[in-house]
Amino acid sequence: MSGSGVTHTRLGDAFGAVFAIERAGSQEAFIVGKERLRDVLSFLKGDESLLYVMMTDLFAVDLSGLQAGAGKPRFEVVYLLNSLKLKERIVVKVRVNEGEAVPTVSDLWRAAEWLEREAYDMFGIPFENHPDLRRILMVEDFDGYPLRKDFPTEGYGFEEPFKVDLESESTPDGSGAASKKAGR
Amino acid sequence: MIAEDRKYMTINMGPQHPATHGVLRILLELDGEIIVKATPFIGYLHRGVEKLAEARTYHQALTLTDRLDYTNGLSNNLAYCLACERLCGLEVPKRGQYLRVILAELQRIAAHLIWIGTHALDIGAMTLLFYAFRERETILDIVEEVTGARLTPSFIRIGGLAKEMPPKFEGMVKAFVKDFPRRVDEYETLLTENIIWRKRTKNVAPLSKEDALSYGVTGPVLRASGVYYDVRKAYPYSSYEDFDFEVPMGEAGDVFDRYDVRVREMRQSNRIIGQAIERLPDGPICADAPEIVPPAKDDVEHDMAALIRHFKLMEEGFRPACGEAYGAVESPKGELGFYLVSDGTAKPFRFRIRPPSFINLGAVPKMIEGQMIADVIAAIGSVDIVLGEIDR
Repeated sequence: MSGSGVTHTRLGDAFGAVFAIERAGSQEAFIVGKERLRDVLSFLKGDESLLYVMMTDLFAVDLSGLQAGAGKPRFEVVYLLNSLKLKERIVVKVRVNEGEAVPTVSDLWRAAEWLEREAYDMFGIPFENHPDLRRILMVEDFDGYPLRKDFPTEGYGFEEPFKVDLESESTPDGSGAASKKAGR
Repeated sequence: MIAEDRKYMTINMGPQHPATHGVLRILLELDGEIIVKATPFIGYLHRGVEKLAEARTYHQALTLTDRLDYTNGLSNNLAYCLACERLCGLEVPKRGQYLRVILAELQRIAAHLIWIGTHALDIGAMTLLFYAFRERETILDIVEEVTGARLTPSFIRIGGLAKEMPPKFEGMVKAFVKDFPRRVDEYETLLTENIIWRKRTKNVAPLSKEDALSYGVTGPVLRASGVYYDVRKAYPYSSYEDFDFEVPMGEAGDVFDRYDVRVREMRQSNRIIGQAIERLPDGPICADAPEIVPPAKDDVEHDMAALIRHFKLMEEGFRPACGEAYGAVESPKGELGFYLVSDGTAKPFRFRIRPPSFINLGAVPKMIEGQMIADVIAAIGSVDIVLGEIDR
């Protein structure tokens, strides 16, 4: 599906041994270090014979627990690009440890702005020089990163019943919230 | 207290706003009637579908896909099944592929009919809603006859389809195909040459070719901006290469072009359905892979071995080899893709949805900045978003 002869040759000519090629089932992926990530991606986008102009997707994978991920950094950020010219897709991956930042590509593709925000929201991967790195789907004060493997599917505190805080509710004698309001 | 140097007015639109098609909130900064800055806020409908799917087997996760873009259940099923089939290396027989095409194209017309009805309603042309929903009802009747459900069919299954078509199916589809072009003419009489419609949509919220590519938008929004890209043509799946159809294109990338592209797309979908039903081959509908595809329901009722196999597949699932696969379809909204990572167990290790509406919505601020506040509704309507898919 990805990386035909042209892509291999052009990438090999331009970068030599900067990237490793891995196969996972039928899917081929180019593994790049984060230092050269932006160079490789902007080359793929700009090179006249390739023109991977469309960013189809950008997402992260938490590799902890994956057998194939043993000995590798915890997270993997996957860039799925599409060349309208070659009618081909390419998968580029960069692997980082927890807390390690990945350079943003939101200046190359505006689509990456929201996609990087989502990867940050769901996995806690920071993106360097991102113009507006905030949570996107979860509320701003949400605790934790839901798509990490150590985050329970039900969320934290699922078994605990809702706490009713009677003290803070207004009571007839004017204590609690009502008195606070009056005192202010 | 308002700062002295601040001259813009901030208006909050949504999340409970009838024209945002769900729970979308946009913060608008206005200079008079002109929008200076627009910031969308999403996530109000977040259900964690990607996380939920990681706790289900591949067959079970199928039902979650219906609930992403709820106007478009069958296409969502198809995209997910394509990704699973690529992961397992399954090939669906021709009859199954043709039936999938018929169902997906019917669903595309139904989704576009919802869009044209509500979009026109947003802008103030109420009549069209009733016409559009009349035809949509015909399609939903077919979907109900085939799948038993109207909105969330879960009918396209990994390796094929849930069951063979009922006897009435062919007649119903043929009657619809014959009748539908006349109906599209009716919609066009109401809108295309309508002077009010043209004034509300021409040159409104344009998106240039370069911006469309940079923002990664797909589907009718991209084609209205003049970029030729349709997953059905670029990466044909499910035998789309067998059918003769055109990809409607726009030039200006404004609200009118998006309308025009979708209307012509409905006619093309109708053509595809006509060809597929005429040339529908005989044969099996499911791939011959007993370790993945559950047995037919009739067999389950009469055959002990089939019953056991059915339970084992539904309870324990199947285990694809370690690997990754991406499957995508041209959904009515754009490119809908699923990226699956398998770790060799019965549950997906990573279940990534590539939502077209999410990425198309990202381009909305670009479209409306510098436009009038009254055109925000037209712009949002023309992008055709579904919040169930954006928030997942």
